[in-house]
Amino acid sequence: MPGPELPTAPDAGPAHGACTSCAIYNSANLRKLGVETGTYDYVAAVAGNPNTGKSTVFNALTGLRQHVGNWPGKTVARAEGGFHYHGHGYKLVDLPGTYSLLSTSNDEEIARDFLLFGRPDVTIAVVDATRLERNLNLVLQILQITDRVVVALNLMDESERHGITIDVRHLARELGVPVTPMAARKGQGVPELLESVEQVARGTVATRAHRVKHRDPRLERAVDVLAGQLQQTFPGLPSTRWVALRLLEGDPGTEQAVRDGTLGDLGRGIAGPEATSARPTGTAAR
Amino acid sequence: MTLDELRPDHRATVVALEIRGVQRRRLMDLGLLPGTEVRVDMTSPLGDPTAYLVRDALIALRRSQARAVHIEVHDDEPGRR
Amino acid sequence: MSNAHLLDHAARLRDDLPADFQEGIVESIYSDAAAISSSTVSRDSQRARLTADRLLDRALTHRVWGFAVMGVLFFAVFWFTIAGAAGPSGLLYTLLVEGGHAWLRDGFVALGSPGWLTGIVIDGAYLATAWVIAVMLPPMAIFFPLFTLLEDFGYLPRVAFNLDRLFSAAGAHGKQSLSMMMGYGCNAAGVTATRIIDSRRERLIAIITNNFSICNGRWPTLILMGTIFIGALAPPALGSVVAAGSVVAVAVVGVLTTLLVSWGLSKTVLRGQTSTYSLELPPYRPPQLWRTLHTSLIDRTLFVLRRAILMAAPAGVVIWLLSNITVDASSIAAHVVDALDPLGLALGLNGIILLAYIVAIPANEIIIPTILMLTMTLGSNLFGAQDGVMLELGSAHTETVLIQAGGWTLLTAINLMLFSLLHNPCSTTILTIWNETKSLKWTTVATLLPLTLAFAVTFLTATTARLAGWI
Ligand SMILES: Nc1nc2c(ncn2[C@@H]2O[C@H](COP(=O)(O)OP(=O)(O)OP(=O)(O)O)[C@@H](O)[C@H]2O)c(=O)[nH]1
Ligand SMILES: [Mg+2]
Repeated sequence: MPGPELPTAPDAGPAHGACTSCAIYNSANLRKLGVETGTYDYVAAVAGNPNTGKSTVFNALTGLRQHVGNWPGKTVARAEGGFHYHGHGYKLVDLPGTYSLLSTSNDEEIARDFLLFGRPDVTIAVVDATRLERNLNLVLQILQITDRVVVALNLMDESERHGITIDVRHLARELGVPVTPMAARKGQGVPELLESVEQVARGTVATRAHRVKHRDPRLERAVDVLAGQLQQTFPGLPSTRWVALRLLEGDPGTEQAVRDGTLGDLGRGIAGPEATSARPTGTAAR
Repeated sequence: MTLDELRPDHRATVVALEIRGVQRRRLMDLGLLPGTEVRVDMTSPLGDPTAYLVRDALIALRRSQARAVHIEVHDDEPGRR
Repeated sequence: MSNAHLLDHAARLRDDLPADFQEGIVESIYSDAAAISSSTVSRDSQRARLTADRLLDRALTHRVWGFAVMGVLFFAVFWFTIAGAAGPSGLLYTLLVEGGHAWLRDGFVALGSPGWLTGIVIDGAYLATAWVIAVMLPPMAIFFPLFTLLEDFGYLPRVAFNLDRLFSAAGAHGKQSLSMMMGYGCNAAGVTATRIIDSRRERLIAIITNNFSICNGRWPTLILMGTIFIGALAPPALGSVVAAGSVVAVAVVGVLTTLLVSWGLSKTVLRGQTSTYSLELPPYRPPQLWRTLHTSLIDRTLFVLRRAILMAAPAGVVIWLLSNITVDASSIAAHVVDALDPLGLALGLNGIILLAYIVAIPANEIIIPTILMLTMTLGSNLFGAQDGVMLELGSAHTETVLIQAGGWTLLTAINLMLFSLLHNPCSTTILTIWNETKSLKWTTVATLLPLTLAFAVTFLTATTARLAGWI
């Protein structure tokens, strides 16, 4: 349900009858709710490599002033905020930067856990347009676990200065999810991002995430089999293919979580509305 | 030859990583894996670490780690500007 | 399928796979990424980094210029802070501490408020608060925006890059210099920032040594001492430069202490392997002047000030009570100070300073007001003033209070600066350390190690000064 009207709310929408799908109209439907998430209909996570502008995107949508800084590692805890768009409440979760979901590093645990087990309705993958290739590494990993992704192609202003042109439509086709170019610091691209987030959240756009094929068919099969068994043993467990990989690697933490059955609880504490913004979230898996 | 021996502005391609486990993962997460092209960008004033250009990002590595990265230097050196 | 069976099955499947199958996964992801990227991205030049960035990096990480610029930048930040804060601080002092206090006091008395109430509210809570605002607000309002500008520009990772060799030699993680720099704002934030360090061992080193980054609560103490006792030694025109120099010197001692303690820890209780270090150096970005000013003023400065005020008001009440409840013909404060004096003097400090540090455990911010209020009360008692008339000396300058009523010397000032740098973290930071480590042992070490160091170092300097006949 809508939270209280905040003073930061931009002016009400323009006259009806105007183009209802054009960007200006839509951004006027944005109501930044600050920390006032209240009850919400959808949870959206903001993820990406370090220093790509995640917190800047988060601030642009929620009206909050989460600290940003020009160095990788500025955000080290989850932060939550909210906004209201087209009659729906969204809870937005700003995550620390991460290079990969495949690693076991402690410093990336918070982001990894939320993406894998926090069950966000939409994951906004913030990408540095000047370093697309390295950023796609994480995006492709996210696409392995979920279809519900919007790629925010941020720092477009810088990539233009570097003389880089990106075929956004082609990129979206390749990835199978919406891609919105933006310059979050200037507020550019926010309306388009909102539009895509809404479409993915409500399932009004067809997404077909690019799935990386493992070269080794044996691996592909092993993951399939194990993921299926995980699904049976722990019904409702998200990211089973990822967990299956972990088991194939012999990751001690994951094995322990399987042994004592805590694997099934993974993410329950993360996704719940009672999660606080300043706390680190440990997993049972380590 | 290993990455720590690469001279400024020269380019090379990674051929192997001579470390295991977490450390290896870290380097791969950063985009440093066999086949990746690297270039020395600058060295810290105290001589270590060195910043390398890896897939368009500037990544600083200590010598002890660079030593574990085996490379093949490109012929057309020094690298194009 | 039972859970144990699942694991067995996984093990069996693993046996079928090549040993380096994980590598294959990473490689296939990267090759897809490369393929997608090359089919979507086109560049009209091969230049990966802008020439301006490269040139700037050449200068900022230059063998000579790199360190010169670093020194000049940090010196400039403190000098701006000290020189810029002097005027506004004086104005706030006149308005709030002198004027406001007298005015409110008269008001209370006129309304027939009993002496104890006036004492607690006005001479205690209000005075401490007013003082905290006067000494903290101006320096914070200058320091935070300047520091944030450097941060937004992308300078901090360059500092980490330049200093890494030192941290590496100390057995510390290269990113420790980043958490160290965050500590210059607030140690609790600095301790949280150590999360960027993956290895537990190196993270603990960073947590324990974060205390030696001088936090905002301690800057005012250093600035005041630097200005009154050290800047005053120089000709007036150079006063603020010398004062800034002394504050920077203490900050540098802090960095050296960080390195030394890190080295000690990594050679003893926190021995272990150096973990992978990798630091991505971001491109330089022109800071957004307005936004920076706005955020650092509204969010950081006012936030910090609010906390200081919340701590100062109750502390003021405590100080007033300590100074005005008498047992055996003298106040509790006087008894405690008498008891602490021998220790304090041995450390080149005095009993009042030690009592102030006990009162100020919750927050470093209130050290200066506490010292001043105690010195005035106890000092004015020495001068035969009446109880409760704390501000007999109020119109005098802080330095007169300290030198005349407190008997301070240059050694007191220097040792207070050292003590302020080294002593235990504030309660908020200790709590944060507990939250981050969940270890009683390491929280205790992080609390007591600095305190021990503070005692040892000040004792050493005091003894040296005494033996050398300087005091
Ligand atoms: N030029 C430009 N700079 C941007 C843009 N978005 C963000 N930035 C800058 O990029 C830097 C990083 O922004 P953050 O929002 O802190 O990045 P983050 O992804 O949250 O970083 P971490 O929390 O450290 O992972 C800051 O200096 C921002 O001002 C943009 O669209 N254009
Ligand atoms: Mg962030």
